[in-house]
Amino acid sequence: MLQAIVLAAEEGTAPNPLFPAIYDIVWSLVPFALILLLFWKLVLPRMQKTLEARSEAIEGGIQLAETAQAEAAAALDEYNAQLAEARAEAAKIRDQARADGTKILNELKEQAAAEAARITASAQAQIEAERQAALVSLRSEVGSLAIDLASGVIGESLSDDKRASAIVDRFLAELEAEETAKANK
Amino acid sequence: MITHALNLETALLLNALSLVVPSATDDGEFHGPSILEFFPDVVLFAGTPFEMNRIMIIRVIALGILALLFWLGTRNMKMVPGKFQSLIEMALDFVRVNIAEDLLGKKDGQRFLPLLTAIFWGVLFMNLTGIIPGMNIAGTSVIGMPLTLAVIAYIAFIYAGVKKHPGAFFKNSLTPPGVPPALYILVTPIEFVSTFILRPITLTLRLMMNMVVGHLLLVLFFAATHFFFFTMEGWWSLFGLGSLAFGIVFTLFEVLIALLQAYIFALLTAVYIQLALAEEH
Repeated sequence: MLQAIVLAAEEGTAPNPLFPAIYDIVWSLVPFALILLLFWKLVLPRMQKTLEARSEAIEGGIQLAETAQAEAAAALDEYNAQLAEARAEAAKIRDQARADGTKILNELKEQAAAEAARITASAQAQIEAERQAALVSLRSEVGSLAIDLASGVIGESLSDDKRASAIVDRFLAELEAEETAKANK
Repeated sequence: MITHALNLETALLLNALSLVVPSATDDGEFHGPSILEFFPDVVLFAGTPFEMNRIMIIRVIALGILALLFWLGTRNMKMVPGKFQSLIEMALDFVRVNIAEDLLGKKDGQRFLPLLTAIFWGVLFMNLTGIIPGMNIAGTSVIGMPLTLAVIAYIAFIYAGVKKHPGAFFKNSLTPPGVPPALYILVTPIEFVSTFILRPITLTLRLMMNMVVGHLLLVLFFAATHFFFFTMEGWWSLFGLGSLAFGIVFTLFEVLIALLQAYIFALLTAVYIQLALAEEH
């Protein structure tokens, strides 16, 4: 190595490795400056842009998921509200129906009662009428029978209607009075 | 610093070796590595400031491939990255997360990210040419590139400091707090030398010497292998197996060194910027 340096020195071109030649500096500065510019103006901004786009996409995705979740929660709330409303309405309808049913039942009961009362009343009226009719017919029949009987008994004809009916009436009045007295007792 | 010193030692050892080993003449003799390997013949534009030898061409190719990879990798970036884009993103994230944001925080890390990314990947690609067959020499093994990068790092940290503490940066750097004022007469020159003179020098030499020594070691092992196999006869040629094995192991070791030196260069640049940005020391 030393010999090489000596040899070179003899030729007058001994390079000192610690002192750069001009071409050496030129071919250091120019290529490095280009590399520096490439990284500075092109490569690193592109990389930065990609990184930003990526983190933005991730954040966007998270936001999207959050929105979707919020929407789902809102939909769930709405559904629950609707469900509650429907339940309330169903309950109301049910109550209404029950009330209506009760009302109808009551009405029917009233109607039935009224009908029953009416039927009872008409039956009673009919009975009363029949009783009256029976009474009247009985009165006349019993009267004639009794008069027949009495005439038979007393041998006297009581064919005079006026008198006969007066006797029967008196008899019956007595009978009634007796009955009334009995009943009052 | 320790690796640096070790490498210097190795360099000295190599020097000694090349003196012991029979001198390099021609044909079949042993060709030791030489400093002239770093100053190959001019190929293009001879005589102009743009003259190129094969190391300059290697630099341009390495950085061209780097530019092409990152340009292609970020040309059409997708939200869901493919394999290649994932790789490129990992490459960019390594510098962003582990160097820039780790040391400078999010805001300042963003400001100096282009510089740190360009330094790390530029240095790494130019270091790796040292073990690529056909290139076989690191683009950073000639002083121009490490020096340029160190000067850029130097400008960057002074710019960061002056911008953050206008008027107070140099005073802060030269008069550390917690020191009795009387001692400033001693401390200030030390601080000045270590901050404003040694930083760029150590940045430059650490990178360059690592690459120079790595190259010399590989040349030594493979030249020795060639010598043992084709010149020596009989049992001597068996030594060639040993030197070949060492050559392969050191080639792998050079990958590690290339990564480490690129990382150290970018990391130290970030550290210097961080120290300059720090609030009142």
